[in-house]
Amino acid sequence: MAVVDNVMVGPCATLLTLQYPDTLPDMIAGQFAELQVPSAKVLLRRPISIHAINRDKNLIEFLIQIVGEGTESLSALKAGNSINVLLPLGNGFNYRSTHVSRPLLIGGGVGVAPLLFLGQEFAEHGIRPIFLFGGRNESLILRKEEFMKYGDLFMTTEDGSAGEKGFVTNHSLLFESEQFDRIYACGPTPMLKAVARWAKEHETACEVSLEHRMACGIGACLCCVEDTADQGNVCVCKEGPVFTIDRLKWFN
Amino acid sequence: MVQLNTKIGSLELKNPVMTASGTFGYGTEYADFMDISRLGAIIVKGTTLNPRQGNPYPRMAETPSGMLNAVGLQNKGVDYFVDHIYPEIKKIQTNIIVNVSGSCIDDYVQTASIINTLDDIPAIELNISCPNVKQGGMAFGVKPESAAQVVSAVRKAYDKTLIVKLSPNVTDITEIARAVEAAGADSVSLINTMLGMAIDAEKRKPILSTITGGMSGPAVKPVALRMVWQTAKAVKIPVIGLGGICSATDAVEFLLAGASAIQIGTANFIDPSISEKVIDGIEAYLQRHGFNSVKEIIGALETN
Repeated sequence: MAVVDNVMVGPCATLLTLQYPDTLPDMIAGQFAELQVPSAKVLLRRPISIHAINRDKNLIEFLIQIVGEGTESLSALKAGNSINVLLPLGNGFNYRSTHVSRPLLIGGGVGVAPLLFLGQEFAEHGIRPIFLFGGRNESLILRKEEFMKYGDLFMTTEDGSAGEKGFVTNHSLLFESEQFDRIYACGPTPMLKAVARWAKEHETACEVSLEHRMACGIGACLCCVEDTADQGNVCVCKEGPVFTIDRLKWFN
Repeated sequence: MVQLNTKIGSLELKNPVMTASGTFGYGTEYADFMDISRLGAIIVKGTTLNPRQGNPYPRMAETPSGMLNAVGLQNKGVDYFVDHIYPEIKKIQTNIIVNVSGSCIDDYVQTASIINTLDDIPAIELNISCPNVKQGGMAFGVKPESAAQVVSAVRKAYDKTLIVKLSPNVTDITEIARAVEAAGADSVSLINTMLGMAIDAEKRKPILSTITGGMSGPAVKPVALRMVWQTAKAVKIPVIGLGGICSATDAVEFLLAGASAIQIGTANFIDPSISEKVIDGIEAYLQRHGFNSVKEIIGALETN
């Protein structure tokens, strides 16, 4: 796929826009892609969730946090370069066949990435979701204006530089009378576990997107497993990355 | 028109390209990316007598030009394979070979006897070299005596093509190869992964849940090539070469070193259609050099 644009959107995050050569395949928010890294030093592809799509222009956006050599060289791609991408992979969030009217989308750090696509999808169906994002400080909460196009954004930061001070699970939004009928969360595992615990205590349906270290991305290497209540170890890349919290063995 | 067909014992392959166990699922995972029936053979993932959950996450660490894995033979057991997977994959128009592993000799024998009854499985690859399980696996493959013991026990129970997959974590791989040849193996495949380790310095912790794991990928290719070359000279049975093959050129190097066929492993994770490209690339190489058959380049390394 051809690189259309690649710009820094935070202290260590880049927004990579690719041109799909054809009509976009059907994609569900929460699905991901395996991007081949344009560096001889890096062997494996990098699994990156689909951040947003433009069906009119057949564009796909990826929000990539720069954490090592692989993501560093992805951030160095320039318009006109081309990159080999496998997509869409995995199972996304449940929102097409599940009736949801008051969704709460919780993101931590770069985990906000798939929630923009999910927000777009809800907006297309006339639902304005609530976003609740957490980060260490304001600059690490990425693409706020974009999210606000599709829903209302609430924030928590560890240093209090934006929104309420603390973690997402302490936000006053969660203690108001307003009820959410489904929570969709993506971010660091400790955050996901805290969100899952809150959802369980408040009997709210909840699904989380896991970010396990992967190799193949198609369920062949069995490296990215998560232990589930119903099937034991399953590949996050193929069974997930999105799981409803009842399937995970996080509470025992 | 060049001939790509080759043989492993009595097993006919339409070309020398196989996919390595544990890197290609049951083949069907790759059907979206390539025509899997073009392969010489598909070696499906390690199968054991009883279901195995494998090792806890994390099971993988990337290394320079390679990776470490510690999957630990996760599979649903041979009965599940026979009832649910075999009916699906037996239709694939190529050789389907089952990789068989176990914790004790009896496990290997029982699993092999069950696979022996499946008409559309023409061969097994006996895994005596998995570094990621506590019992069995590599323990059998690092000594000539124990390697011979498990192979001769399986040989009595299994009458089709018996390939034995060897560990590189030994002082002299040719010793093990000769021992399994004498015990009745029809072929040896090498190398399985090399025992390695990765540490997260910031956390002062190992990256893999098992601390050590098996290393694969381009980084191990020179070692694999050397071992294939040494082994091909030491035994009369055909050698199947694997270890870091990522291109047709890599594959040709293994054939020149004496391999009668090759397997592609880790490269499947990077390019899921790589094995098809390797088949085409070997054909192009043969044409470019004026060979009529792939058999002409097996062991054709010129050393003086």
